[in-house]
Amino acid sequence: MSESEDRADALFHALSDRTRRDILRRVLAGEQSISQLAALYPMSFAAVQKHVAVLERAGLVTKRRSGREQLASGDVEAVRSVASMLDEIEAIWRGRIDRIDLLLSDSPGDSSPISAAPHQSTTPSQED
Amino acid sequence: MPVTNVTKDLDQRTLVITAEFAAPVERVWGIYADPRQLEQVWGPPTWPATFVEHELKPGAMSRYYMTGPDGERSGGWWRVLEVDEPRSFTIEDGFADDDLNPIDTMPVSRSVYAFEAIDGGTRATFTSVYETAEGLQQVLDMGMEEGATLAINQIDDLLAA
Repeated sequence: MSESEDRADALFHALSDRTRRDILRRVLAGEQSISQLAALYPMSFAAVQKHVAVLERAGLVTKRRSGREQLASGDVEAVRSVASMLDEIEAIWRGRIDRIDLLLSDSPGDSSPISAAPHQSTTPSQED
Repeated sequence: MPVTNVTKDLDQRTLVITAEFAAPVERVWGIYADPRQLEQVWGPPTWPATFVEHELKPGAMSRYYMTGPDGERSGGWWRVLEVDEPRSFTIEDGFADDDLNPIDTMPVSRSVYAFEAIDGGTRATFTSVYETAEGLQQVLDMGMEEGATLAINQIDDLLAA
């Protein structure tokens, strides 16, 4: 119990910082060296290294050495467990269906004769 | 909830999703017939789609690309096989290279989009079939990165709210 709570704390702490979320996004897309990452942010190499270490402690990122370089890559499975992503294809379709729903409810002058009943939309308050 | 049912059949490599929309069948069909509307729903907000070619006619090839957060592009294509307006259409879709030509080594899926009028609007049934289990796995593997990135963005939105 407390072990899983410690893990949740580490995850949310790791994800509570904008720079760390940005680093995580980049290393999920492919392995990057710490020096490549450091060049992207207005902070020192050591500061970026520290951010990567926080992500690593939370289990979101793995690091390995290659010569003088330290390479970081995102652990996709760990990230998936954070957001309980079940199945990507289903998620993609559900996304499309929600966007269709939104587009249909946005369409001006849609005087559909059979949609008199208010539709239970999942899209949260897209009304202005 | 627009989505009313989801069925996955791993042996048949098939995903069936049923959804209900509060608009007439013709209006829902119209989204798929119009590339400007289709691109609003095809890609996720972080990877918006641009359809360079699209016509809902048998034999027509659609070509599109999706643009990622860092400006990177991911190409795709549709081949329209059958059209029975406004009841159903069948397409094949797959991955495309930088010139938006199909990549033969990548998996192709075949999808049937069917629409029927119901009380209050339209019931849509989306059926996607992958040729091989390897193909399905490959698409799932490809989607993992996108899915994980989306998940992070959702966390981002949540924390920003």
